[in-house]
Amino acid sequence: MTAMLEPISELKLEGITKRFPGVLACDGISLQVRRGEVLALVGENGAGKTTLMNIIMGLYRPDSGSLFVNGEEVHFRTPGDAYARGIGMVHQHFMLVPNMTVAENLALGLKQLHHFMWLDIKGAARRIREVSERYELPVNPDAYIWQLSVGEQQRVELVKTLCLGARLLILDEPTSALTPQETDDLIERLQRMASELAIIFISHKLNEVKALSDRVSILRHGAVVFNGHTVNHEPAELAALMTGHEVTLPRNEGTGRPGKPLLSVKNLCVRGDRGNLVLDGLNLELRAGEILGVAGVSGNGQRELADTLAGLRAVESGEILFEGQNLANCSPRAIIDAGMGYVPEDRQTEGIVPSFSVKDNFILKDFASQQFSKLSFLRRREIDRHADQLKAGFDIRCPSTSTATGALSGGNIQKVILAREIARGPKALVAVYPTRGIDMGAQEFIHSQLLDHRRKGVGIVLISEELEEVMNLSDRIAVIYKGKILKTLPAVEATRERLGILMAGLTDTDSPPEPAASALPSAGAVHE
Amino acid sequence: MNKQRIIFGGAVILAVSLVAALVVALVLFSIGASPLETYKTILMGPLSDVFGVTEVLVRAVPLLLVGLGIAISFRSGILNIGAEGQIQMGVLASTAVALALPGLPKGILLPLVLLAGALGGALWGGIAGWLRARLQVNEILSTVMLNYIAVQVHTFFLRGPMLDPNELETGSGTPQSMRLPEAAIMDYIVPGTRLHTGLILALVAALLVYVLLWKTTLGYRMRAAGAGAKAARYAGIPVERYLVIAMLLAGGFAGLAGAVEVTGVHHRAIEGISSGYGFAGIVVALFGMLHPGGIIPSSIFFGILLIGADMTQRSAGVPANMVLVLQGVIILAIVSAQSFLRNSYAQARLFRWWSGFKPKKGAQP
Repeated sequence: MTAMLEPISELKLEGITKRFPGVLACDGISLQVRRGEVLALVGENGAGKTTLMNIIMGLYRPDSGSLFVNGEEVHFRTPGDAYARGIGMVHQHFMLVPNMTVAENLALGLKQLHHFMWLDIKGAARRIREVSERYELPVNPDAYIWQLSVGEQQRVELVKTLCLGARLLILDEPTSALTPQETDDLIERLQRMASELAIIFISHKLNEVKALSDRVSILRHGAVVFNGHTVNHEPAELAALMTGHEVTLPRNEGTGRPGKPLLSVKNLCVRGDRGNLVLDGLNLELRAGEILGVAGVSGNGQRELADTLAGLRAVESGEILFEGQNLANCSPRAIIDAGMGYVPEDRQTEGIVPSFSVKDNFILKDFASQQFSKLSFLRRREIDRHADQLKAGFDIRCPSTSTATGALSGGNIQKVILAREIARGPKALVAVYPTRGIDMGAQEFIHSQLLDHRRKGVGIVLISEELEEVMNLSDRIAVIYKGKILKTLPAVEATRERLGILMAGLTDTDSPPEPAASALPSAGAVHE
Repeated sequence: MNKQRIIFGGAVILAVSLVAALVVALVLFSIGASPLETYKTILMGPLSDVFGVTEVLVRAVPLLLVGLGIAISFRSGILNIGAEGQIQMGVLASTAVALALPGLPKGILLPLVLLAGALGGALWGGIAGWLRARLQVNEILSTVMLNYIAVQVHTFFLRGPMLDPNELETGSGTPQSMRLPEAAIMDYIVPGTRLHTGLILALVAALLVYVLLWKTTLGYRMRAAGAGAKAARYAGIPVERYLVIAMLLAGGFAGLAGAVEVTGVHHRAIEGISSGYGFAGIVVALFGMLHPGGIIPSSIFFGILLIGADMTQRSAGVPANMVLVLQGVIILAIVSAQSFLRNSYAQARLFRWWSGFKPKKGAQP
């Protein structure tokens, strides 16, 4: 192991304050975490969680306040200093080089392996095996990062951090990119590891917080507003403390009448970036005034389906009938003009032009319309008026509509996109992961907007990995698996378990336990 | 907050200029020249008399035109390094038209000649744009290569088909074309100097580029394609088409600069007519923050540098190529200044420090 000073047994923060221009990111925060304990740090986006963690890791220096390791005051200037005292962080976005192996990635950060003219890759691999056995985190040191699934990459990050000598782990929203199954798996592993380590778990998924943590601290506007033992508090209570008001995510009450068929996808075949068929005879039907949830483990063709519906991916065969008109292989413009709206997966690069102002992003699809231009000159006054109207109507928090959109928080960017798409009065809307990484307040708002427009007769395709979200909002749920819709069922018949089985690719008959039961004996037979 | 930003911006630019001046001073010192003397000559010399001022403006005109084109292409997400070649194609096209139609009246011929220059440049730029849009050929590579080709084409025409017959008769053989007919030559603004009406043309062009980029839907499309190609595609903007249009326009402005040099300054096509304006124009555009309002002063500033460098060569014994060193340092300075200007955190720190509020940092280790 690393030449450690002494294993970290306690980290204490006292009165940490950090200012950014116009924002008090951390306002006198005091926290404490000990070995054998999981502290959940909860808060909405912009509450100061990440800033605080960057201060612990020595990436930022606090304006005031102090850090203590084992009761001794420390000043970290770089992440290296933090690692030297046994503090390590797994960032939300993985810090791995895709075309290097796991061992090579570790060697990047571990100075002891670097000898004169020689890099001890075998030593790195040995160390990885040691750590992965000790903490039950199976990792193959010789695998290339790009070959690994997101869940496996997450494990690599954990192993890497442990190999670097960390005994206090900071995990920044570790589940945000994981599938439900991978999430459950990670939480289980972390529970087992917690006895030997101290863990700070940052999340705003309260059921995970509930499942994993011993204590919870809630940040709001840079200050700690609540400290408590997790067992004593229900998720709803924590949600209210986090947002400062009661949060009840709206639900689809199923009062809508089924409208006329709006969009029907027939036998759609589409090739992916590597040339393989990622959509392989996909069928889908959307009616006006309903929300059709598309559930599935990511990577089963959701992205390609969404791209194809937006006109950005060539259709090999099949039809996309929109009110009887075939939109397969039409240009994005033609599809937009036909009345399709789109909330893309990557809001930062696909939904907005980050350097454009909020008002310019509002007209991204309609700048050439009669409303916003005359003889191909932009009508600035009308654009301003329109922007102010949407800003108020969608509660978009920005200093002014001239602010660069990329500078806004994720939730507000998503509101900008949703406002643009809805203001266009679409007949159908495709929303891809519309609330990924967004805080509860914004999530509530976006959900109620979607339900609102469903009631007004808009047909909505909701592609999401959050089963909760799909089940709350949808009228019908289609499960996508390997480029096909495996089954479409009414939302009232959907349960977490049943969807989980379908998402794993097992077609059920009407009662879910049977296929699972029939699958077991055959597996047993092989064993015998 | 806005006032703070302006003060901060000013302070950063001042600080960066000082550092740049110091670096160049070191270089000057090392070649045994007096930095102060040299700076004085470079910056004050050209502006000391009317002739100097007009000469500065004569250099500023092509720099401004090229810079405008560069701004259009960079704003549209395509890095045009090929202005040098585009200028030369503009020179050839405009000269050919002027020599082919000597009988036309000035009111028709001069605009026609300028248009031909712009078209020549646009064609050359358009090739790179088309290659990028259709075949994903990196535009930096293709424009640089097209520069080499343009030089050879230019030389070929001036030494072959377009060579002035007089040169053959006298046997001096200077590679240059015949003198343009009077109807294709621009008027002078200030008599007795070389300052020609191209200046007015360039200033009008700057205004037009501003209107195009920020007031029209075409400009909106091009800027959207440049600043967020993916989002633009999702919004139904055919990004590739606007890459080609941007390169056509950028090449057109460079070609126009070439035509203006022919009709305004040299009155014939000569070798080396582009004299590095194509590359200097990139620096001019970046220094002017890719905005016409910034490119106008920036082109004048670089005009001063060019003339000043000539003067130092004569008076202070400093090689004129020192201006290239200065240009290089300025590029580095701009890049670092821009990253500072974007750092609003540094701004807030500076002002807290300024207002006497010093955060208690505790004892530093």
